[in-house]
Amino acid sequence: MNMTLDLSGQAIQDLWSNLPCIHTKVGALRWHRDAEALQAAGGRLLTLWGADDRDRDGRFRIYAAYLLKEGVAVFEHAMEQGAKPTYPSLAEIFPCALHMERAVHDLFGILSMEPDHRGWLRHGGWPNTVFPLRRDFDGNTQFPIDSKPYEFVQVEGDGVHEIAVGPVHAGTIEPGHFRFSVVGEKVLRLEERLGYSHKGVSKRFEEMSQEEGHRLAARLSGDSAVAFSWAYCAALEAIAQTTCPPRAANLRALALEHERLANHLGDLGALGNDAGFAFGLTQFSRMKEDLLRVNASAFGARYLFDFVQPGGVAVDLPEDAPRLLLDHYLVLEMAVSSLRAIYDNHAGLQDRFRDAGVLEQELAEKLGAIGLAGRASGVSMDLRVDYPYPPYDRLKPKLVTQSTGDVAARVQVRFDEIFESVRLCRMILEDSAPGTIHTEVPFAAPGRLGLGLIEGWRGPVAIALESGPGETIRRCHAHDPSWQNWPLLEHLIPGNIVADFPLINKSFNLSYSGHDG
Amino acid sequence: MLNTLSRMIRTGILTETFPPPDTVSPQVEGLQMDLRKILGRALCIRHVDAGSCNGCELEIQALNNPYYNLEGIGIKFVASPRHADLLLVTGPVSANMEEALKRALDAVPDPKLVVAVGDCGACGGVFGSNYASRGAVANVIPVHRTVTGCPPNPAAILEAIRSVLS
Repeated sequence: MNMTLDLSGQAIQDLWSNLPCIHTKVGALRWHRDAEALQAAGGRLLTLWGADDRDRDGRFRIYAAYLLKEGVAVFEHAMEQGAKPTYPSLAEIFPCALHMERAVHDLFGILSMEPDHRGWLRHGGWPNTVFPLRRDFDGNTQFPIDSKPYEFVQVEGDGVHEIAVGPVHAGTIEPGHFRFSVVGEKVLRLEERLGYSHKGVSKRFEEMSQEEGHRLAARLSGDSAVAFSWAYCAALEAIAQTTCPPRAANLRALALEHERLANHLGDLGALGNDAGFAFGLTQFSRMKEDLLRVNASAFGARYLFDFVQPGGVAVDLPEDAPRLLLDHYLVLEMAVSSLRAIYDNHAGLQDRFRDAGVLEQELAEKLGAIGLAGRASGVSMDLRVDYPYPPYDRLKPKLVTQSTGDVAARVQVRFDEIFESVRLCRMILEDSAPGTIHTEVPFAAPGRLGLGLIEGWRGPVAIALESGPGETIRRCHAHDPSWQNWPLLEHLIPGNIVADFPLINKSFNLSYSGHDG
Repeated sequence: MLNTLSRMIRTGILTETFPPPDTVSPQVEGLQMDLRKILGRALCIRHVDAGSCNGCELEIQALNNPYYNLEGIGIKFVASPRHADLLLVTGPVSANMEEALKRALDAVPDPKLVVAVGDCGACGGVFGSNYASRGAVANVIPVHRTVTGCPPNPAAILEAIRSVLS
């Protein structure tokens, strides 16, 4: 991989991944300086994670993965040994790093040189002297809850009051807390508090074998089960130096596009409903149910949690499935086209959608917006298009973008992506030779680090997997694009009215569980 | 408007009878009768996600689609636990949600029922219990019925709601 960035004087190695990926080790100075250079060269921070290697060389490590035009660059920094390991913060360069650095502190007790040290994932479920991802901590230890009030930033002034929402929300959704400071109807400030859904998945991975880890990966965020389990398998297959058969890659992509379709259909219905158009919810939820039932006939399950497995997929399509699916796509396309015309021509609906929750492209780029939300603000980025891993190298997906960055743009991206996904599904079915769907995956050599990256419906999901001896997992870090996109809401909500928050929030539909881990 | 109306007419009524014909439980009228007899009004459900992966939520949401048409049977989801008869709890209970779940249960007026949904709610599922997870819902609050499945399909969730009433 050729780099536009000058990394001279540094040892660069290829990293095991399904994308072009390099790996370099840097000191504290370069950790920060190279991040600045990467940002200037148009790089984006993809994810950040820590590791406890004190059993090997007495050090903690911090890793950062960046997305560049040519591929992914992983930077590793081993911290000085000592009582209080620290590293330079990236939050000034990449604002989305702030929450990730706070999470790394909660889990490892390694501090970035950044002033906000409020617990992010740790709410009082374990003491602040306990760091669960350290190797000498027994993951099964439980502590009594000791919750203290969280210090939200206070807004002062005449007539300013706070509205506290969550963690238990009014609808059937995941837990999180939003603190609004408002004057009248207008929001002055929004502060999010997440982490309620933290279940200790990274520690849990370390108790699992390489072969069974995909089951947990699929359950990091239930709406992105295919994306996460594929990312896990891609990382594992890379470090085990094997690839899945072409037929299996095709079926994985088919399942991934079905996941995208199901979520987009659900969201389009919910967005109509949140704007007072219940007809939209009825119609789209009906179409989503139809798709889930087709999933049950073709893949054997409504939600494809255990479909993607190391080395391939669990089952092949039954003989009559291609016909069933192709017929279904025809019906789906016609129904979505007619509903799109209704949505587009409905004055009341468009009045709510347009100019609500605007994320300008400049701000989106600066804050590091990725995935669907980024594309609605003109951020041209889609892993399937930019670094087409098989089978997308053959399918050549088209990039879908919008420029206005409002709720209407995020609605339009979903409509366009539905049609594009249907096109890809057709290509897979019409042009896919029969063949084996599974290959044996040997245990990866111990101490290998691999990165699996898949463009889920919400954006890129990543799994960084390091093998332990035999069949064990030494470290597994999972990253959901919601890490980048949750902070966007804090920036774009002020100025909007409180009543528009549910609609704007839904237009992003970010994951709590995928974020909290 | 004409397009909207014509779409509605062409779609028609999709609601299916519950439960699906291959099971032996009583039909939807039976459930409605039970509700009328026991409560004399609609059954009000408050859902609490205590740390789920969001898979169970998707299937619970599906209960409101036109095929299952939960409100047509006389069951509705309410926005506050204070209005609820039944708590539908998903997920292994995360340590960070333990307090919120207990408070939500306290806010439900007596008599109250709790149904734990999904493998995680029933037994901790793939997450189990650890420093951040309390595992099954029953480890934190009393549970009257569990529905297994990952995620359980909407008909199974509906069946658990029916059976906990009787």
